[in-house]
Amino acid sequence: MRRSILIASALVTTLALSACGSADDAGDAAEDTTDESTAEATDAGEDMATGSLTVWVDETRESAVESAAEAFETETGAEVEIVLKNFEDIRSDFIAQVPTGEGPDVTVGAHDWLGELITNGVVAPVELGATAEEFEDVAVEAFTADGAVYGLPYAIENIALIRNTELADTAPATWDDAISMGEDADTKYPFLIQTGTEGDPYTYYPFQTSFGAPVFEQNEDGSYSPELAMGGEAGDAYAQWLAEQGEAGTLTTDITYDIAVEAFAKGQSPFIVGGPWMLEQFADLDLAIDPVPAAGDQAAQPFVGVQGFYVSAQSENALLANDFLVNFLSTQDAQTALFEAGGRPPALTAAADAASSDPIVAGFREVGAEAVPMPSIPEMGSVWAFWGVTEANIISGSADPAEAWSKMISDIEGALDS
Amino acid sequence: MTDLQQTRTASDEAPGDAPAPPDSTRRRRLGRRDESPAGRYGAGFLAKLALMAVANAFGVYVLWSAWLAESWIILGAMLVMLAVANWVYFSRRTVPLKYVLPGLIFLFTFQIFTIGYTGWVAFTNYGDGHNSTKDDAVAALLIQNERRVEGSPALPLTVVADGEELGFAVVQPDGTATVGDAEAPLSAVDATVAEGRITAVDGWEVLDRAEVLARQGEVTDLRVPVSDDPGAGSVRTQDARTGYVYESTLVYDEAADTMTDTTTGTVYTPNDEGQFEAADGSTLNVGWRVFVGFDNFTTAFSDSRYSGPFLQVVVWTFVFAFASVATTFLLGMFLATVFNTPMRGRKIYRTLLILPYAIPGFVAPLLWSGLLNRSFGFVNQVLLGGAAVPWLTDPWLAKLSIIGVNLWLGFPYMFLICTGALQSLPTDVLEAAKIDGAGRLRTWRSVVMPLLLVSTTPLLISSFAFNFNNFALIYMLTGGGPRFEDASVPLGHTDIMITMVYSVAGLDGNAPKDFGLASALSIVIFVIIATISAIAFKRTRSLEEIN
Repeated sequence: MRRSILIASALVTTLALSACGSADDAGDAAEDTTDESTAEATDAGEDMATGSLTVWVDETRESAVESAAEAFETETGAEVEIVLKNFEDIRSDFIAQVPTGEGPDVTVGAHDWLGELITNGVVAPVELGATAEEFEDVAVEAFTADGAVYGLPYAIENIALIRNTELADTAPATWDDAISMGEDADTKYPFLIQTGTEGDPYTYYPFQTSFGAPVFEQNEDGSYSPELAMGGEAGDAYAQWLAEQGEAGTLTTDITYDIAVEAFAKGQSPFIVGGPWMLEQFADLDLAIDPVPAAGDQAAQPFVGVQGFYVSAQSENALLANDFLVNFLSTQDAQTALFEAGGRPPALTAAADAASSDPIVAGFREVGAEAVPMPSIPEMGSVWAFWGVTEANIISGSADPAEAWSKMISDIEGALDS
Repeated sequence: MTDLQQTRTASDEAPGDAPAPPDSTRRRRLGRRDESPAGRYGAGFLAKLALMAVANAFGVYVLWSAWLAESWIILGAMLVMLAVANWVYFSRRTVPLKYVLPGLIFLFTFQIFTIGYTGWVAFTNYGDGHNSTKDDAVAALLIQNERRVEGSPALPLTVVADGEELGFAVVQPDGTATVGDAEAPLSAVDATVAEGRITAVDGWEVLDRAEVLARQGEVTDLRVPVSDDPGAGSVRTQDARTGYVYESTLVYDEAADTMTDTTTGTVYTPNDEGQFEAADGSTLNVGWRVFVGFDNFTTAFSDSRYSGPFLQVVVWTFVFAFASVATTFLLGMFLATVFNTPMRGRKIYRTLLILPYAIPGFVAPLLWSGLLNRSFGFVNQVLLGGAAVPWLTDPWLAKLSIIGVNLWLGFPYMFLICTGALQSLPTDVLEAAKIDGAGRLRTWRSVVMPLLLVSTTPLLISSFAFNFNNFALIYMLTGGGPRFEDASVPLGHTDIMITMVYSVAGLDGNAPKDFGLASALSIVIFVIIATISAIAFKRTRSLEEIN
């Protein structure tokens, strides 16, 4: 028996060691990278590991980032590992994984995550230097918090009024114009806007701003302070308008995103409020992009969302990561490639100008120039849940507009205080 | 080991090993007295050896990776597991363990560890703003509060080294070449400048790109003072191509464990909540995880905004779980009884009835939420001829819809287990009932039903526990809605406790994330289910006595 154990363990060790041969090599490589960061790397010259960069991207951006990464790899000799993730998962995975040291060096993301990423200490500022001026102002502003820039913007997206030119030949100036034009077109719906039973405050925001009721107070530099601004008379007027339109049937909670897009694609309405992500399904239609018609007496300003790349606060390859972003992803080629992959107007002014030869892109860009950045302060998270449902309840007539709106304000304030 | 013991274990061991033809056993046993019992290498032993070699290789690989990643807990746990596994499978005295061990290992990694981790998180304030350790929080605060001096120029920068020491060689805007390191501020030197960048400098070696990358951690950490005045800021670089002058607005004093804001002079000290707090109560935005004791449990039950809706949610959770089990079981049992009598095409009917069971539990509720849409759903449009029944948006109808959809989803399971139980009923008992003159109904009520319950009650209890936490159904079908109109929290009429936890803890993105609170509430739910199940199992023993 003793012999059997001896033989067995000898066999096991040989097998294990041979199996470990490959792991050993990988281990050495990993050891090298850890050594680099310590001061002991005396023989760094002869043992040149050039480091590797892990980048999280989602499906639509994968190929564009890959081509930028190739340029980076050939010039610097560093390796770029591109990891495909679901866009919806990136935010929470990034927050959870950066502290464990398993997170990526760079991730794609939206600017409105910024507040949450900062409070959790997972992003590092990126110094854009002179390149900052080459970007659209709103793009850099969106990624700025407390005076520091935290990401490299690459695309700007906003909603606008998409018009089927066969059914309506001019842009409506106001909401009432739009409705009467829609009725003249004699289609199933005069006007399409996605709502759903949970509401859609993002898509409805231009109407709300046209009554002069922005969600938060805006500071002079364009950033938001966590003071709710959508209460008061302006907010009540907007709530009243929602109730009236709901009663008239022009707004209804039955219209979800899918239903709205399908109906517009079938030519059942001359107008739909939406963004560039819908266009793929409207390929057969002749479209024009117009500003969202104002329902109140002020300009209808939609939210602008900016997409960009963040650098992890705990990246061991911060140098590579910043180099990749600032010197390789900010080029016109890279930004144009990202535009072609995702269809969202580029954040780099030169690339955006080039892309604007397409009237659709130019239309969205024009509307975006008048829009306001979506708040990126962490308080914004507490607003959505109350906001949408209240709007939906007012539209469906199940709640009194003024009462529901003021209850929503106090509920949000309660949630912000807790 | 003595000879006596050896002999005993050898003979005890025989049945557990590779089966040998009976007539040869005797010969082998005799033979083995002379040599060591280990001299026998059957196919079974070799197979075991190969399997264990694979397991050990994997284990050693994990150990190695854990060592490199410095995760000592994984390393220790793996070491223990490997040692135990080798002992169990190479010892001859652990026959029962050989069968149980794989299950035990899975139990520990997937159950005990998860429960332990949840319990640990429940006593911390892990969540938004308290995402990591204090070291990480300090590092994050420092990098967030290091600002480029406004209007400072972009400086073409070259990384240089003097032996171990790294330095920056920088071309100033006026064209002078300067060099400095962490201790010595930038000072003018003689250097070769090509294309606006320093390519050679006296006393320093210029590092090429690969050398810079090999030491990138040091390069990004290096701060070269602009001048002897510490307030003038320091040069740092993020890409080793361009440097900027930065100054820190927040300074960490490691000895005193305080953060000082250099612009206002405010001193922040760490508080019990895991944040740096100033004397006036203001805090810095990045905090860290700390133990908060029972705080999560008390907040869960002390927030007045939740007290009203919480009661409604608890009541509905129980109603939903009971109703789900009752409806699915009754329908399943009824159909099983009906199809237990021979009829033409019975197999086809049975197959059709099991179909809903084949649709994934995540997909079916989504399908149904489309079918039940008020204006466009199949049910209203086609079945009810265009009626606008608010199936999912009216509080009572939404509850009814949920139980209905769960009935559709769940009865095939009950149908299956009842069919199985009915088919295994002993025929002699049924015959005895017949002989005793019992009618069909009487037989069913007094014989079939009690016997059926004996074998299905444990499954009913587990079904209750499953439905108590049936997150997927609620989340996919109604999302908890319609919302309580009188409540000040985002909860709805069809929210059950687990979906409430999901929303309260901000996992749906509608509130700041609070994993501590979520874990505490999960533990509360676990306690409730465990208690009910324990009581129910105890009760079923009385049923078993019928047997």
